[in-house]
Amino acid sequence: MNLSAREKTHQPRTEQIILFRVSGQIFAISSASVQEVRSVDNIAGMARELPESHLTKVRHSIRRGDRTQYIVNAALHFGLKPQPASLVFFLRRTRTALLVDGIEKMTTMSRLQALSLAFQGEERNWYRGLTTLDQAVVPVVHPEGFLSLEELTILEAAQLAADAQGAQVQ
Amino acid sequence: MTAALEANVQSFVLLRLGERRFALPASQVAELVAPSRIFRFPHKSPALEGVILRRGRMIAVCDVAEQLTGKKLDTRRFYLLATRKYGNQSDWISIPVSGECELINVEMMEAGANDSPHVEGWLSHAGEVIEVLRLSALTPGPAEEHLPAPLQDFAEART
Repeated sequence: MNLSAREKTHQPRTEQIILFRVSGQIFAISSASVQEVRSVDNIAGMARELPESHLTKVRHSIRRGDRTQYIVNAALHFGLKPQPASLVFFLRRTRTALLVDGIEKMTTMSRLQALSLAFQGEERNWYRGLTTLDQAVVPVVHPEGFLSLEELTILEAAQLAADAQGAQVQ
Repeated sequence: MTAALEANVQSFVLLRLGERRFALPASQVAELVAPSRIFRFPHKSPALEGVILRRGRMIAVCDVAEQLTGKKLDTRRFYLLATRKYGNQSDWISIPVSGECELINVEMMEAGANDSPHVEGWLSHAGEVIEVLRLSALTPGPAEEHLPAPLQDFAEART
């Protein structure tokens, strides 16, 4: 094996992540799972209200191409005190658009530690694990963890109701 | 000490939680460390406070004092890093303690049917009767589950 091949073998795998802020708490998400970042002002005209949504964390949806994405308030999802959100992350291969306060920075993680099995609550769905950056621990979110199948069913019903109301008005 | 008695003697770590002392089998104790920053993040496991960083490893912090003594600890002098079993696998958990710990060699009396689930057994030491703790009954976590690899390069390899 030549030197460069050996170096390649031992090179730690890394992953590009976006550090984002929600109510003062820092989270990380794989940049590969974020399709697009838009400002809240930018999408205000496109978002549709879901008056019959029984999920407090989701109040609006947005149509993108042939699919609907539900706008999840990240602060309410994590049980944090909501602050005015400024950005929306459209998450790839999910039905979630995530309302966050802001982006801290983009960086690289080289290690992800699975959540200890002592953690037994919903956080097992929320996080892929924990990473350390600059001697601080940052939870790495699971893009599919913001809406469960049950929640999606509720939201689809709310969307149908909103669509029917819209059709009646027209 | 007779050979038969010697065979039953085990090592235990005595830990202090407020006014009371408890014991853990020494084989379950990894380390006693000075209190360090607890990293908190949103979660729904009320018994846990967050995690501490120890040699690059993130260890869940669980204060068991309130369950055992009815009071939260006023002062935390150390964190006892202990092995918590999850079925046939194990992971570390960090338990805040309020005083020095002591290693003793003594014979344990097995817990009886009327003892609380968190009591593994009883020790008699220096005129005190001390509970030997069963961590799996005191700290959250499943009894049987496969533990994910504690350290990964990262979870999803994308090449």
